[in-house]
Amino acid sequence: MAIKKIAFVVDKLPYKGESSRLALTHCIASQTVEIHLEEDENVEPVLAFVGNGVLNCLRNQNAEAYGVSTMESHIKNALLTDIKVLICEEDVKRLGIAEENLIMDAEDFGADMTSQIVPFSEIMAEIESSVHLMYF
Amino acid sequence: MSKLTIGCFSSLVGSMTLDFAVKLAEAARKKGHDVDMWLSGNGTMLAKKGQRSFKDYSSLEKTMTDLVAGGMTVVACEACAEARGYHKEDFIDSFGRKSMDWYLASCFGADRVLHIGGE
Repeated sequence: MAIKKIAFVVDKLPYKGESSRLALTHCIASQTVEIHLEEDENVEPVLAFVGNGVLNCLRNQNAEAYGVSTMESHIKNALLTDIKVLICEEDVKRLGIAEENLIMDAEDFGADMTSQIVPFSEIMAEIESSVHLMYF
Repeated sequence: MSKLTIGCFSSLVGSMTLDFAVKLAEAARKKGHDVDMWLSGNGTMLAKKGQRSFKDYSSLEKTMTDLVAGGMTVVACEACAEARGYHKEDFIDSFGRKSMDWYLASCFGADRVLHIGGE
């Protein structure tokens, strides 16, 4: 079986632009990529938030003022579809964010997968083991 | 020969990023490589037909249609385009419109991917 890992790395703020949103929608699109591929071929996405991008992972977002879906719901959908979600530990500490303020699970969406706060070196290892890198 | 997939998320006007991406695609095609180009976000502006050429603004429609005629594949994100009011009838005829999974599938088959983010 040919599986190719693609790393989606997000360092942009939520809501300021659409980059982080596009990262999530492209990443979640891996769930339907098989329709374009041969049998036994697939894409394995890994989603990592680094730098100011970790602010996409804050809990209790409210985007009603913009009338758009929250990044929180996109991240929870990623967890629901069993996408590995990594959050850079050094940047979480740098920004003074407590773990309880981050989206660590999506139980309310029915997801089993959880986010992981990991050192940047682990994110680099994921990037190095990926075939392609998409930097949003 | 190899396959290059280029993902473009920057706008046609207001950024020189697409100019660079198209020059790169042109160079790769001249060397005989296969090239897929994915237009998403503001990059879908490149798919709009009827671009008027002014000296102070990027104008890539002719170059792109020539590249597609020569075998390059260009596909734009349908949702990103529709959100911007670029409907099927507004598209350059030889450009495709698909969902984001097409881009990932193109990346799957590519030897190299150049993902050029947006603004």
